[in-house]
Amino acid sequence: MEDRTGWRGYPARRRGLLSRARALRGCGPLRRGKADRLAGGVAAGLAARTGMDVNLVRLLLVVATLVSGGVVAVGYVVAWLVVPADGADGNLAGRALADGRGLAVAVGIGSLTLVVWIVSGALGLGWLDNLAWPAGLCVAGIVLIWRNAPEDEQATMRHLAEPLVAVTSGEGWTRTLLRLLIAAVLLAGALVALLTGNHHAAIARPLVGAALVTAAIVAVFGPWWLRIARDLVLERQARARAEERADMAARVHDSVLQTLALIQRRADDPQRVIQLARAQERELRSWLFDGRAPGSLDDDTMTLADGVRQIQQEVEAQHGLAVEAVTVGDCELDDDLSALLAAAREATVNAGKWSGADVVSLFAEVEPESVSLFVRDRGRGFDPEAVPGDRKGLAESVRARMARRGGSATIRSVPGEGTEVALTMPRPARERQSSRA
Amino acid sequence: MNASGIRAADGGGPRVFLVDDHGLFRSGVRAELGSQVEVVGEADDVEPAIALIGETLPDVVLLDVHLPGGGGQLVVTAIKPEHPQVRFLALSASDAPEDVIAVIRAGARGYVTKTISSAELVDAVRRVAAGDAVFSPRLAGFVLDAFAAAPAASGDGPSFDPELDQLTPREREVLRLIARGYTYREIARELYISVKTVETHVSSVLRKLQLSTRHQLTRWAAERRLT
Repeated sequence: MEDRTGWRGYPARRRGLLSRARALRGCGPLRRGKADRLAGGVAAGLAARTGMDVNLVRLLLVVATLVSGGVVAVGYVVAWLVVPADGADGNLAGRALADGRGLAVAVGIGSLTLVVWIVSGALGLGWLDNLAWPAGLCVAGIVLIWRNAPEDEQATMRHLAEPLVAVTSGEGWTRTLLRLLIAAVLLAGALVALLTGNHHAAIARPLVGAALVTAAIVAVFGPWWLRIARDLVLERQARARAEERADMAARVHDSVLQTLALIQRRADDPQRVIQLARAQERELRSWLFDGRAPGSLDDDTMTLADGVRQIQQEVEAQHGLAVEAVTVGDCELDDDLSALLAAAREATVNAGKWSGADVVSLFAEVEPESVSLFVRDRGRGFDPEAVPGDRKGLAESVRARMARRGGSATIRSVPGEGTEVALTMPRPARERQSSRA
Repeated sequence: MNASGIRAADGGGPRVFLVDDHGLFRSGVRAELGSQVEVVGEADDVEPAIALIGETLPDVVLLDVHLPGGGGQLVVTAIKPEHPQVRFLALSASDAPEDVIAVIRAGARGYVTKTISSAELVDAVRRVAAGDAVFSPRLAGFVLDAFAAAPAASGDGPSFDPELDQLTPREREVLRLIARGYTYREIARELYISVKTVETHVSSVLRKLQLSTRHQLTRWAAERRLT
C-alpha cells in the first residue's frame, strides 16, 4: 500500500514547475493521461506535459512520498480530483462538492483519523500520528473520487483493488498464510511500538486511557457512521428499484407494444393478427404467471420445455405459422440439449419457410436414456433424392449439428405429404437421475 | 356401436349441442359446422346446459371446460348417469392439464383446443358420435406424462392395478404419434395396423385415463375439486 500511495503522491508541490514547463513547452493545460494510467493518470499526465519518461515520474513520486512522510500522496489525490481527465470537460472536484453524501463519508473518515490521532497521542506514538493525517486525507479523497469518477476510471480502480480483495477474502492456504503473515507483522509492529514508547510497568495506564477515549468517540460518532453506511445501502436499493422499473418498461415495449404495432399494421390479415395475438398472449402469461421474462429464456437455468416454448413463440411470431408444441417430461439443458434445440429450431424455421403448411407440430419427449424431438409439417414435402442445394445445406446443418454431439437426425419427406425431422440426443448417465421422466 | 352412433352415420350428421359462455364463439362454431352437423341447441352456463341437454338429447355436446357456474365436468357428471348415450367433447382455450384431465375423468370422450380448424372439429365430432375417443396432440402429451414414471417409483402404493395404471408399449407408440401430429390414418400406416385398431388403442387409453387411480391423475383431478 505504501508504495502505491507513493507513486500516486505528487502534484501540488510541482505546480510551480508545471507552469514553468508549460511556458517552456507551450502546449495545452495539464490533463490526466487516460491511455497509460496506473491509477489516476496524474503521473502519465505529468510525463506527457514535461516530456519525461512516465516510469521516471512514477519513481520520483514514490521517492517524494517516502521522503515527505506521505504529503506527496495527498497531493496526488488532490491532483486526481482537480485535474480534468484527458478529453473530459470538468474535473472530479466539481462533482464531488455537489455529492453531499460523499462529503459526509469523507468527513466521517476525517473523524476516524481524529480517533487514530488521539489514540496515537495517548500512546506516545508520534510516527503513527504523522502517518494518520496523510492516510486519512488520501482515503477521504479516494472515496470522493470513487463516488464521482466516470465508469472507465472506476474500472481502473476496481482493477487495482482486486488483488487486495483476493488477499483478504480468498480461499486456499497460501492466502491464509499471507493474511496470517500480515497480521503477525502488524502485531509485531504494535508490540514494538508499545514496548519502546512505554516502560514495562506504565504500559497499562495509557492503554486504558486510549480505550476510554476510543469508546467515547465511538459512542459519539458510532450512530452517525452507522447511518452513513445505512444510507449507502438505501441509496443502492433505490437505484435497484429504478433499474427494475426501467427494465420492465423496456420489456413491455419489446413485447406488448411491438405486437400491438404489428397488429395495427396487419389489420387486414386476420390470420396473421390471430397468430400475433396468440404468441403475445403466451409470452405475457409466461411472464406474469411463471415469472419468465420475455426474451430472457436463454439463461442458464432453462429447461428443455422452456426451450421448446421459446422455439414455438419465436417461429410463430417471425414466420406467421402456428406451432403445436407438446412436451413430455422435462430436464435441465446442457450443451448437448442446447444443440438439439438449435437443430429443432432450424428444422421448424425450415418448415415455416418451405413447406407451405400453416401448422407445424413439435413434439419433445425426455426419456431416461435419450431426448427425442420431432418436427413435422403437412406441407408440400420434397424428394430427398432430388433436393436443391440450399435445402440440402440446411438438412446437413441439422444433421451435422446433431452428429457433433453424438446425436442423430433422420429426415423423412414425401412430396405432397409433408416432412418430418426426427432428432435424438442420448443423455449422459449422471443426468438420468435428475430427470422428471 | 349403439343407437346414436348409427343415427349419426345415417342422418345428415350428428346432432350437436354447444355449451360455451362466449356467444361469439358459439355463433362461430354454429357457422362453421352448420352444414355438416345438426346444431340442436346451445347454452351459456352449467344450469341451462343441464336442463336443455336433458330435453334435446343430442349425440355430442361440445363442452367448454371453463364456465361461469363451474367447470365443464359438472355438466358431464349431471347428464352421464341418466343419459349415458350423450357423448361429450371438451373444448378449451387453455392448456392446463388439470382442466383437461378433470373433464376427461368426469366422462368426456375427448379434448381439443379452440384453435382447431373446422374440418378437424367436424371430424372430431363425428368420431365422438361414433363412440371413439378424440385426443389432441396436447392431451396425448399429458397422458404420456401422467403414465410415464415407473409405477414403483411414482408412489402409487399398493392399489396399483396393472390393467388400469399402465400403458402398453403399443398404446404409448400411438400416443407418441398423436403428439407428433399424426392423424389416425397416418398412425395406422406407420404402425402397419388398421385405423380401427388405432381407435381401439385410443379408446383403451381413454378408459385408463378415466378409471386409473394414478397419483398424477388424481392430483390433477383434485386441483379441480373432482375426486
